[in-house]
Amino acid sequence: MGTNPTIELSSVTKKYGKTTAVNRVSLALAPGECLALVGHNGAGKSTLIKMVLGLIGPTAGRVRVMGHDPLDSAFNNLRRHMGFLPEQVLFQNNMTGRETLEFYARLKGASLEALDALFHRVDLFGAANNRISTYSKGMRQRLGLAQALIGTPDLLILDEPTSGLDPASRQNVYSIIDDMKAAGATVLISSHALTELDSRIDRVAILNRGHMAALGTIAELRRTIGLPSEIKVHGSAESLQRLADYYSGKGYMNGAAHFSCLASEKIDFLRELLELNIPLTDIEVNDPSLEQVFLALTKGEDLGNE
Amino acid sequence: MNRLWTLITKEARDGLRNRWVVMITLVMTGLALILSFLGSAPTGTTSVSPLAVTVVSLSSLSIFFIPLIALLLAYDSVVGEAERGTLTLLLTHPVSRTEVILGKFIGHLFLLAIAIVIGYGVAGVTISLSGEGGFAGQEWDSFLRLLLSSILLGAIFLSIGYVISTWVSERGMAAALAIGIWLLFVLLYDMGLLALLAADGEGALSGGLVKWLMLANPTDSYRMFNLTSSNATALLSGMAGLSAEHRASDTSLILIMLSWVVAPLVIACMIFRKRQL
Repeated sequence: MGTNPTIELSSVTKKYGKTTAVNRVSLALAPGECLALVGHNGAGKSTLIKMVLGLIGPTAGRVRVMGHDPLDSAFNNLRRHMGFLPEQVLFQNNMTGRETLEFYARLKGASLEALDALFHRVDLFGAANNRISTYSKGMRQRLGLAQALIGTPDLLILDEPTSGLDPASRQNVYSIIDDMKAAGATVLISSHALTELDSRIDRVAILNRGHMAALGTIAELRRTIGLPSEIKVHGSAESLQRLADYYSGKGYMNGAAHFSCLASEKIDFLRELLELNIPLTDIEVNDPSLEQVFLALTKGEDLGNE
Repeated sequence: MNRLWTLITKEARDGLRNRWVVMITLVMTGLALILSFLGSAPTGTTSVSPLAVTVVSLSSLSIFFIPLIALLLAYDSVVGEAERGTLTLLLTHPVSRTEVILGKFIGHLFLLAIAIVIGYGVAGVTISLSGEGGFAGQEWDSFLRLLLSSILLGAIFLSIGYVISTWVSERGMAAALAIGIWLLFVLLYDMGLLALLAADGEGALSGGLVKWLMLANPTDSYRMFNLTSSNATALLSGMAGLSAEHRASDTSLILIMLSWVVAPLVIACMIFRKRQL
């Protein structure tokens, strides 16, 4: 496979009757890359994922996963290198966690001995032999995640992986994603928990009503959208006063000095600030969160259409 | 092959785990025993083997009961998994949709066969041991025909159940259709046939047409197969009145029943392949 993209979508369109769920979306994901699909409900995230999984075919355009058409019967054998966590999955209550994972591992031809490590990885080892009917919602979600990791997949697709998880388990999910990336896996996730993802995804694809509204790294998105970074400067009252005098009219004082500046001007602004040689105790730089970028990108069109 | 086996064993374990099969087996055994003992009472000291009476009683039970449990096992299998979300997950694994249907079919058939063999077997052995003529002097070949053809009858309605389950998108709809199919094949069809025969006083509907109409319904094929299997059962069931031209040969009856298994199964696989997830 080499450096060929793991997932390659060229101008993919999917229509259900008259409604267009996905509209001319193009996208390529390289091995070791993690991309987040972000969008409102009905934006086409699930449809896109189903096309990548080969569960449905596109109305127009081309889908290639690991170099093959996922609808092709030859793709069936590549499925063992793929891990998938559905958005909502209700495993059979009368089976134990271990029986459930053993079933999927056998289908993938993966080793059953490796399952113990997986149970440990998602903190379910103690409950592995209990029936799923005794599991909490978070435990079921973690079991689903462990299921997706069976056989150390080259392509990991997680649909809303953190819904219903407590903060600690959520962090665990992201550390698992990091590990998978480090091992060279391509990770495609869809999520609403945008702020959580900030530092751990390489690129974001924002879908709005089936269209690709934006695609790029978080930094790129921030730049294109022109959302300012917030800079908060702490210091003594005297220092703040000197700042206020220098930057008169540019920011505001509220126990600390607050400024906002565009990403492209951030470095220059900070350099200028430090060169003033005013004694400061702290500088906080808050870049716009993914959530804010997302809202800015999807809000305009929503207002226009409704 | 390995994957198919995994699918089969999962389906079978599921059925055993939720005690459904245990319940069905108990109910079948109970009904079979009751019917057998009630049925053997009036034979008194005739020369008819008690087991032959049992075969007649049990095949009547089968016609009502086996299609019902087969449809109940099958109607939920695809649409239910689709609603729980496990179907999507299953299909992202290296399995073909045909394998999924076959795995369910073989797994369910295994469960059904257990219930039939245990339920009817207990009744058959009890009757033969308690009756006259001893264990060896019974119509065992008729009984064996009953067992095998009952499993075949179950297979037919499992296949039909998968057609329903792959076709509809909601469980409730699937359940309603399953009950409808059951009523149609088990009750309404024969009632219609009877009404037709009663209205046809002149005998214009010659034996040929009635025969073909009966063969068109798999439960009637099953009935014909078992009730005319020996002189004793034919006599007991009143099927002796069927003239030779009304009867179909065993081979053609088996072929008809087998095609009722294969055709719906193929249709179910075809529908399933086109199903949007």
